[in-house]
Amino acid sequence: MEKILQVKDLELSFHTFAGEVKAIRGVSFDLNKGETLAIVGESGSGKSVTTKSIMRLLPESSSEFKNGEILFNNHDLTKLTDKEMQKIRGKDISMIFQDPMTSLNPTMTIGKQIMEPILKHQKVSKAKAKEVAVELLKLVGLPNPEMRIKMYPHQFSGGQRQRIVIAIALACNPKILIADEPTTALDVTIQAQILELMKDIQKKVDTSIIFITHDLGVVANVADRVAVMYGGRIVEVGTVDEIFYNPQHPYTWGLLSSMPSMDLEEERLYAIPGTPPDLLNPPVGDAFALRSEYALQIDLEQAPPMFQVSKTHFAATWLLHPNAPEVEPPANIIERMKTFRGSRYYEETTGGEA
Amino acid sequence: MVKYIGKRLVYMFLTMFLIATATFFLMQTLPGSPIASYSKLNESQRAIVEKKYGIDKPKPVQYAIYMKNLAKGDLGTSFVFKGKSVNDLLSTRLKPSMVLGAQAMVFGTLIGILLGMLAALRQNTFWDYGSTFLAILGSSIPSFVFASLLQYWVASQWHLLPVGLWNDGWKSSILPSIALAMGPLAMAARFIRTEMIEVLSSDYITLAKAKGANGFEIAFKHAFRNALIPLITVLGPVTAGLVTGSLVIEQIFAIPGIGEQFVSSIMTNDHATIMGTTLLFSVFLIVVIFIVDILYGIIDPRIRLSGGKG
Repeated sequence: MEKILQVKDLELSFHTFAGEVKAIRGVSFDLNKGETLAIVGESGSGKSVTTKSIMRLLPESSSEFKNGEILFNNHDLTKLTDKEMQKIRGKDISMIFQDPMTSLNPTMTIGKQIMEPILKHQKVSKAKAKEVAVELLKLVGLPNPEMRIKMYPHQFSGGQRQRIVIAIALACNPKILIADEPTTALDVTIQAQILELMKDIQKKVDTSIIFITHDLGVVANVADRVAVMYGGRIVEVGTVDEIFYNPQHPYTWGLLSSMPSMDLEEERLYAIPGTPPDLLNPPVGDAFALRSEYALQIDLEQAPPMFQVSKTHFAATWLLHPNAPEVEPPANIIERMKTFRGSRYYEETTGGEA
Repeated sequence: MVKYIGKRLVYMFLTMFLIATATFFLMQTLPGSPIASYSKLNESQRAIVEKKYGIDKPKPVQYAIYMKNLAKGDLGTSFVFKGKSVNDLLSTRLKPSMVLGAQAMVFGTLIGILLGMLAALRQNTFWDYGSTFLAILGSSIPSFVFASLLQYWVASQWHLLPVGLWNDGWKSSILPSIALAMGPLAMAARFIRTEMIEVLSSDYITLAKAKGANGFEIAFKHAFRNALIPLITVLGPVTAGLVTGSLVIEQIFAIPGIGEQFVSSIMTNDHATIMGTTLLFSVFLIVVIFIVDILYGIIDPRIRLSGGKG
């Protein structure tokens, strides 16, 4: 499979009054052509920062790449000048933002806003750009695009505005589309429509998507692969089935357990205890150790490396080390694992083999 | 839109009527009378003068006569400049004031906007501190101090421009315009800086960046129009400030404008002229506020629509 984007050992810090906040602490992942990679994690885990750093949208004055590279088209994006980035933004890589109510310019017609990247990156006439804009609005399912193109953002609903933002992102047929929690600010019925639309569009335009979300339900719906982020690192990455049915990292267990489920009898929804780590003084070992009931002594002393589970599945937890004691995941996780071929609980009707 | 403008026009006339009425009766409470200086007159002579100007009649009758003439556009006769109508008196003085006001407004807001933009785009640099310093200076130094400083240095010491009066063409207008412009300049710089910084950190600016827009496009195509909105709001009050400022500035530079006339007519209890100037200032302000409201709708499409209903 062709790799379109490679992020290697990326480290990024913010300089604040309190000191250096190590927001990303060594993130590596690849994005394959045509796939949807979901990055999940709680607030402050670094998922948005990672993608914003790919587009170099973080304030240059307060953020700094400490290490690593972002390879795209044989260029290291961390090293490009702002001028060179301007040619990539909106053309090769584009972005959909979280809140459609604030991400459109209120004093500009939506037509102009959609035409802007087209006129900027492609040598076409205004009339042609307008045609493309109308086509895009049709593609994202906005009725009467010829008429709507002259309207202003406040004349549209939230869901419609997110469709317009998606149209802007698709304007130049980008190779990579970054969707930063595109459904979080929408109500549930609209969420489903927007997700359907994104899946639809991916089939039509064959772009790779990085989908950031904290909603695992959304992940199951759209993603091919999933990367779980915690405390500025990727703790587990695998195909969507591997993450949902054979999770290895205790944080992934926690995430999956805190998902409301129809078929469990438990009355209380599980919540991961504790609070996210302070990245001003990040913990020495596994950042999740302090909140994990499965933590080993070594978790507090040394950060775990990525252990390979399968060809596509990696997890950074000492539990996968050959010398680690056998640990039994929570009951609901075992239930999930039972259905996954290749998991250690598969075929066994009762958990906990020797 | 037409309905909205029509409605506003009706309100404007209503406002003018109320201002005229209030000024008329308030003026009666001023100490002294227009003919107080005619102290050498005896009883019968005084009666003749009072009859001539119509101030022997009861107040309500005077009011009715004044309003009737006003409806025809006649502002009456000055008590001080004998036989001269207030209309003539003001029309000859209108031009200097208009020139000063317009120049100060345009110069002040344009330079202010530029300074504010510069400060916001180069936040926390020399440019930012420099323009903020200028803005603070502009709003804290009274215009008459500034006017005197300009007169002393530019006119009196360096002999670059006339020190006062209105007999050297456009040159005469430069110093008073600058002195008058400091208020709007400071106001515009402060408003634009604050608003630009706010706008530049908004989501749609990030989206514009994500489209590949460069710094110039972001500042002028995307941010500027949105940052203008609050400035438009204060243009009304700024104009009011200009009018009051002109009273002082015209005195200092001895410019034969409306402001200077206003002050001297109050000094001499020239009722008809006080009425005339007050009404002129009011019309001016009301028209400016009306224009500001229309501008508002042009700049911000969100207001355009609701304006039609209101």
